Amino acid sequence: MYDIAIIGAGVIGSAVARELSRYALNIVILERGNDVAVGTTKANSAIVHAGYDAPATSLKGKMNVKGNAMYDEVCKALDVPFKRVGSLVVAQNDEEVETLESLLENGKVLGVPGLEILSGDTVRMREPNLNKAIKAALYAPTAGIVEPWELAIAYCENAMDNGATLKLNFEVTGIDRKTNGFEIHSKDETVSASTVINAAGIYADAVYSMVTTSHFKIKPRRGQYYLLDKEANGLVNHVIFPCPSKLGKGILVAPTIDGNVLVGPDSQDLTPFDKEATNTTGDRLQYIRETAAAICEVVPYKLNITTFAGLRAEPSTGDFIIEESTEVKNFINVAGIKSPGLSSAPAIAERVVSIYLDINPETAANPTFNPIRRPRVKFADMTIEAKQAVIEKDPRYGRIICRCEMISEGEIIDAIHRNAGGRTLNGIKRRVRPGAGRCQGGFCGPRVMEILTRELSLKMTDIKQEGLESYILTGKTKRGDKDDAI
Amino acid sequence: MTQYDIVVIGGGPAGLAAAVEARKQGVHSILVIERDRELGGILQQCIHNGFGLRVFNEELTGPEYAERFIDELETMGIEYLLDTMVLEITKERQIIISNAAKGIQVIKAKAVILAMGCRERTRGALAIPGYRPAGVFNAGTAQRYINVEGYMVGKRVVILGSGDIGLIMARRMTLEGAQVLAVAEIMPFSGGLTRNIVQCLDDYNIPLMLSHTITAIKGRDRVEGVVIQKVDHKMQPIPGTEIEYKCDTILLSVGLIPENELSRKAGIAIDSVTNGPVVDSNMETTAPGIFACGNVVHVHDLVDFVTEESRHAGNAAAKYVLADACTDHKGMVICTKAETGVGYIVPQQINVDSIEEKVALFMRVRNVYHNASLSVKLGGVEIKRVRHRHLAPGEMARIDVDKKLFEGMQAEMTVSVVLEEGKA
Repeated sequence: MYDIAIIGAGVIGSAVARELSRYALNIVILERGNDVAVGTTKANSAIVHAGYDAPATSLKGKMNVKGNAMYDEVCKALDVPFKRVGSLVVAQNDEEVETLESLLENGKVLGVPGLEILSGDTVRMREPNLNKAIKAALYAPTAGIVEPWELAIAYCENAMDNGATLKLNFEVTGIDRKTNGFEIHSKDETVSASTVINAAGIYADAVYSMVTTSHFKIKPRRGQYYLLDKEANGLVNHVIFPCPSKLGKGILVAPTIDGNVLVGPDSQDLTPFDKEATNTTGDRLQYIRETAAAICEVVPYKLNITTFAGLRAEPSTGDFIIEESTEVKNFINVAGIKSPGLSSAPAIAERVVSIYLDINPETAANPTFNPIRRPRVKFADMTIEAKQAVIEKDPRYGRIICRCEMISEGEIIDAIHRNAGGRTLNGIKRRVRPGAGRCQGGFCGPRVMEILTRELSLKMTDIKQEGLESYILTGKTKRGDKDDAI
Repeated sequence: MTQYDIVVIGGGPAGLAAAVEARKQGVHSILVIERDRELGGILQQCIHNGFGLRVFNEELTGPEYAERFIDELETMGIEYLLDTMVLEITKERQIIISNAAKGIQVIKAKAVILAMGCRERTRGALAIPGYRPAGVFNAGTAQRYINVEGYMVGKRVVILGSGDIGLIMARRMTLEGAQVLAVAEIMPFSGGLTRNIVQCLDDYNIPLMLSHTITAIKGRDRVEGVVIQKVDHKMQPIPGTEIEYKCDTILLSVGLIPENELSRKAGIAIDSVTNGPVVDSNMETTAPGIFACGNVVHVHDLVDFVTEESRHAGNAAAKYVLADACTDHKGMVICTKAETGVGYIVPQQINVDSIEEKVALFMRVRNVYHNASLSVKLGGVEIKRVRHRHLAPGEMARIDVDKKLFEGMQAEMTVSVVLEEGKA
């Protein structure tokens, strides 16, 4: 019997798990995917918004500003790279300049620090590649960039370091209410827990419907992106937004924490039946290119590494839903966490903890809680001396497996054996980046597979790209059966 | 710090030929650095034959072709490092390497030969829409899984792009029992060698769909199908021409890109068309003492040409080292320029003084031409014209220009395609 079952190991579920692991609680995280951070967390704009655009009265607005302020400390403790590069909302005409002014006012009410409106010339001085037509921009110095999945993985790892349990491939098929809590079923297992925290992302409504009639619906709203090679680094130095519209913050051009450039997302409402539709489409990609040109005319799409799509969890209520169910005691919904969900994650986790403590005031602290995640070696960023030192301790750090991102075998092995470790090609890619570079795993893929088989005692044909059905190899070749020993 | 006269970056066909040639010219202190666990480069996974007709006058497989050079290298006692990555090269020819055996080492070289080869263009570079399931492979990666690792990558296959690797893999997959349903090519002509279209597709009844491309990839976990569409003359998909194939695998053979991250970091000028370093007729880059050869300079169609070019680079590097050349050793330089119908020319510069009898110009044309000529002009005046029955982007063209035709003339040398009158 667990004290708490968290459904969903995206950035929200993982952050909640880590914050709750500060207490003497028996926590299980149930994730339907074959890895953590494989839903909306792996496909979004990777931005920590400053927080000037949500209505001042909304929960989103409050959570965003608070969450943003918590990032430095969280990322330091969890060894997750985070940079406050600042953002610019650019205005193309007088009407849009007015919008900037109202955003600035709204930001002031919410307490966003350092906002100012810059003239077109100042903007172009700081960002020489922006469209010449830009008249002014709202500058927000606290906006930052982070790898969302790295943050989620780090949160989950730290939660597990502090005693939480992770169950992957646990797709919740039903929840039974019992006198002392809940029984949560997947197709092959049942777990019991006193409290359920629903962080199921785009499926949060479906999960809630398992215990009562859900008063909210989650609609998938798709956004597609281009990701450009590091050779495009420097195209923009800040996160560049167009003026926001009803559909959202618009198509942005932004640097990523790893030095790539991201262009997107569009915004397309899908039907409630399309919660798996993470495919890109030719027409929308074309639309992104046309629209992004208003910000930056010279985006070098020939340096594109990949295109991808993510699904925003758009709630019918229009705001974050973070509360204990009024119908079902001890069932806490953390739902409708669309943008600025990533920015708000640390604050949302804190709020969920306070909701839990209100219900369970007797909860004791975890005496062995350690907020620090063991730092990982980042070979490519180290000085020669530091590289030499780490190789002397473990020669496997001297063997480079990924030539595009300069990732060593030692880093890959470490990523496999940590808590919430990577067990798939994409899992390793998200953790240490082999395959995230310009060759997209063309060269290192076979080597990473070999390391996975060795470290996890698996066969080559067992290795998956992502989900359980995403097999890579179909079997031995006609003459490949000689070394059956593996 | 370790010192060598010549350090060769890459132990594939280019690096091997350059190292062996430099040794033959009298340079003793040579080091070859290879990132893989054996020498030979991509040749080791090219187990089909067809290599060596020019250089050895016989047909060899890729590993056999590589073995000839590896044997020569071993016999000569040329040093090499395996499983070793070059992290950085500087303009001053300092090389930082990393391996598990000795960690980080810094090496100083009198001359460097870049021979890092190329990589495959990926799905991302084309932004092919759809899901991102397992089962989408670059043709070369699939070739490695099958021929080196001994594993099959799928059972029902559609191939995008008719580059040579894709064609070779269409046959290879068929021989391994897979069903290759089609090869789609967005251009109205194939980017591969004619002999490969005949021997790898026609012989196995695999359809080549010209002016077609993939417009959607289906399947969330593993590929379940693809949509292929016909494209118009602007390469835009034509609505209503969609054909869906049920398949579990997609191979991409959509072009090769020279791997020049190290070169760029060293500040070497890169040609935006070839994506390789700008080189002169000694295969020297814009950084004095740093030479380049093989697919890192421009993507070749035949390995035999790589060998010839690399021998030339090895020879020039050896001369540079033996003469103790200084930075202004180039002398008079004529620039080359691709004009109508020609995509690029290598070398981009001709060092007139160091040419012995003639200079070899390598190029690719932009389109398929029948009964056309390549016209070489110096300062706008034609100095040579070579007639071709057939010119195609998939096949490199070579023109040898006699030194006496341009000696003492300071003018730009251009090459263009001229259509013969009265014929299409």
